[in-house]
Amino acid sequence: MSKELDYLSKRVVSGLMDRRAFMGRAAALGVSASMATGIMAHAASHASPVKGGTLKAGMQGGESTNSLDPATWASDVPLNYGRTWADTLVEVDSNGQVEMRLAESVEASADAKTWNFKIREGVEFHNGKTMTPADVVATLERHSDENSKSGALGIVQGIESMAVDGQNVVLTLTSANADLPYLMADYHLMIQPNGGKDDPTAGIGTGGYKVVENQPGVRHVGERFANYWDGDNRCHANTVELTVINDATARLAALQSGQVHMINRIEPKVVDLVKRVPGVTVQNVAGRGHYVFIMHVNTAPFDNLDLRLALKYAINRQEMVDKILQGYGSVGNDFPINASYPFFSDDIEQRVYDPDKAAFHYKKSGHEGSVLLRTSDVAFPGAVDASQLFEQSAAAAGIQLEIKREPGDGYWSEVWNKQPFSASYWGGRPVQDQMYSTAYLSTADWNDTKFFRDDFDKIIIEARAELDDVKRKELYRAAAVMVRDEGGLILPMFNDFIDATGDKVGGWAADPNGGMMNDKALIKCWLA
Amino acid sequence: MSSLGKLLVQRIALGLLLLLAVSALIFAGTQILPGDVAQSILGQSATPTALANLREELGLNEPAIVRYFGWLGGVVTGDLGTALSNGQDIGPQIGKRLGNTMFLAACAAVVAVPLAIFLGLVAVRYRNRWPDKVISGLTLASISLPEFFIGYVLIYFFAVKFRWFPSVATVYDSMSFIEKLNSIALPVTVLTLVVLAHMMRMTRAAILNVMQSAYIETAELKGLSAFNVIFKHAFPNAISPIVNVVMLNLAYLVVGIVVVEVIFVYPGMGQYLVDHVAKRDVPVVQACGLIFAGVFIGLNLVADVVAILSNPRLRHPK
Repeated sequence: MSKELDYLSKRVVSGLMDRRAFMGRAAALGVSASMATGIMAHAASHASPVKGGTLKAGMQGGESTNSLDPATWASDVPLNYGRTWADTLVEVDSNGQVEMRLAESVEASADAKTWNFKIREGVEFHNGKTMTPADVVATLERHSDENSKSGALGIVQGIESMAVDGQNVVLTLTSANADLPYLMADYHLMIQPNGGKDDPTAGIGTGGYKVVENQPGVRHVGERFANYWDGDNRCHANTVELTVINDATARLAALQSGQVHMINRIEPKVVDLVKRVPGVTVQNVAGRGHYVFIMHVNTAPFDNLDLRLALKYAINRQEMVDKILQGYGSVGNDFPINASYPFFSDDIEQRVYDPDKAAFHYKKSGHEGSVLLRTSDVAFPGAVDASQLFEQSAAAAGIQLEIKREPGDGYWSEVWNKQPFSASYWGGRPVQDQMYSTAYLSTADWNDTKFFRDDFDKIIIEARAELDDVKRKELYRAAAVMVRDEGGLILPMFNDFIDATGDKVGGWAADPNGGMMNDKALIKCWLA
Repeated sequence: MSSLGKLLVQRIALGLLLLLAVSALIFAGTQILPGDVAQSILGQSATPTALANLREELGLNEPAIVRYFGWLGGVVTGDLGTALSNGQDIGPQIGKRLGNTMFLAACAAVVAVPLAIFLGLVAVRYRNRWPDKVISGLTLASISLPEFFIGYVLIYFFAVKFRWFPSVATVYDSMSFIEKLNSIALPVTVLTLVVLAHMMRMTRAAILNVMQSAYIETAELKGLSAFNVIFKHAFPNAISPIVNVVMLNLAYLVVGIVVVEVIFVYPGMGQYLVDHVAKRDVPVVQACGLIFAGVFIGLNLVADVVAILSNPRLRHPK
């Protein structure tokens, strides 16, 4: 009962339920009116930030090989820690809008080729220096250097020139891009003093916490920075502590025993058990990440459109969501975009499991014998099981899949993007253009379906420059249909991000951009 | 005693030779791992020029034998090289992790070894009666359960239910000694339970073996108490096999506890090694391998020496 009351009172506070309805439901649970009011008042106290304390997170995704250099960040722990000590120019908020951070405002020229970022004044780095537009330019310069091996290289490569103009940074692009602010929200592009050119791993930023202890793969600690520019809205705790706990059971135990206040990556198969644990709240949000099976459209036998369609019809998407994600996700439609993206078209017909159509296309393709599908535990959680479900649903259509289980070690370097048919996942991107540019353009490094189509490239580049929203949506619809019907992508499901918090955490708000409130849980939550 | 000194020198020289052979094996092993080091550092962004540059920089174009002696020379002079994944010196990094591992192993050993020997003595004293059966039963049960299972059970009761000890055993510099001990209480308990049975059973068996001897009968006939007979007369003569088993288990406490480290989030060598294997960070893997081999060989050396010292027949060979 208490868990349900908790849940109800949180809904009132977050505005999802009115007070009257709450009292009604509470009465239904057998709670007196005065007690119900008390419970609600307690929940409401969670709603306004409380300053102080040590906020602790236990997270998967940290290795002893991690570095403080933002260019190298690839896993959850370094970038969650990074958000505590550094800032980007802009961020993408939970509604998919651009939120101004170190930039105060941003303006584009009419052709979306020249962008003017007005840089916030009076922002101080942890070393006492004031952040200037020159630091911003230096940061972008460092990431556009091939030797920095920056994860944002692909993003900043599109910048032709950058200049400081008073308090502004002016970026000129090689080709028009209406989404540039979204790209600048990339977590690699943390503004560092002199761009981090002197020492990229110094851990000096403009964030609300100073780096005090940095033990990669073990523990990271941040202490509140007295001169933080946004202290009224963020960074409420005095100290934040991030412990790397890669074992799922150990993570949950740490949360239950109160050693940490929040954890990431609850496995779907245990979510229902975790929900019953007293004092623990499961925080799940539908995101843009998706689990996929990818076919190389330029490699036999997958260069045959009918075989690709046969396989697309031979997968049971709903069964995958039910059995692999335990319902914590949604079905995909063979293109990498869902309703979390701006300019999503919801009128594209949902492809469903159809053994007859699959058999028809399979026969038409003329393919004989089995089709080899490579899979691995690391492709996505439950990938091996998902591959077996796929094998069974395909067998019902007379298509024989041969499942080959590959070792997890080396899967990303030897199998994915190299072998013609394999299981994989994508984390999603803030905007459609970035998703398509990363993995579907002919020029994309990670074009893992080997989808080389000039007409498709043209649509994406046109959409990128299009400032008219209606036209843009139409273009993205055309691109989606093309990938869905002709591409090499089989996309059975979009997965939820599932985190969990203890009862002391206030201020948690779902963010479809990523888990842990898009890596901002430590700087946005507080201890109630 | 000079013959004893000679024996010791011989043993140590043998140990070093063995370590040299192991170093060659480790080096050869890491060379035949699939995948090129330069390729795995650069990953997907690798261009042929960058690959060639990096191979040159890492000296990968030299023949393996040259690289082996280069590496060995560095190790002998205390330079373990640079980690490929984050460009930092391996020595200080490993030092910290090794210190943590040693701390955990030492704490576990301080509890486990005396306890195991004491329980072994008690088991002999009451052999085939209920204390012997209870001790053997419990310790054998605890060694038969996988260590992660024991770990999770302990976490469930002592961290989640009663909240006596933390489930996360991370230790760091700013902790006091007592805080550190508190934080590693659960992993120490697991390790103790895992190594107890082996040492206890060996103590019991070795002493029982000696108990058949005529001089034990004499001691008993002298009217000594049963425990005195065991402790003063039987134990010293059974020490050599016991020390052997104790050393094997100590070595396990240092090199074999990666599962316990993961469950209790303990920042030791095991997790460090696994992280770097995953990143194909060969210099770190080599350094860890060599340290583990050194620990193993070193502890076995100690066992040998103790066996020699405790046995007059070995001490004064004819």
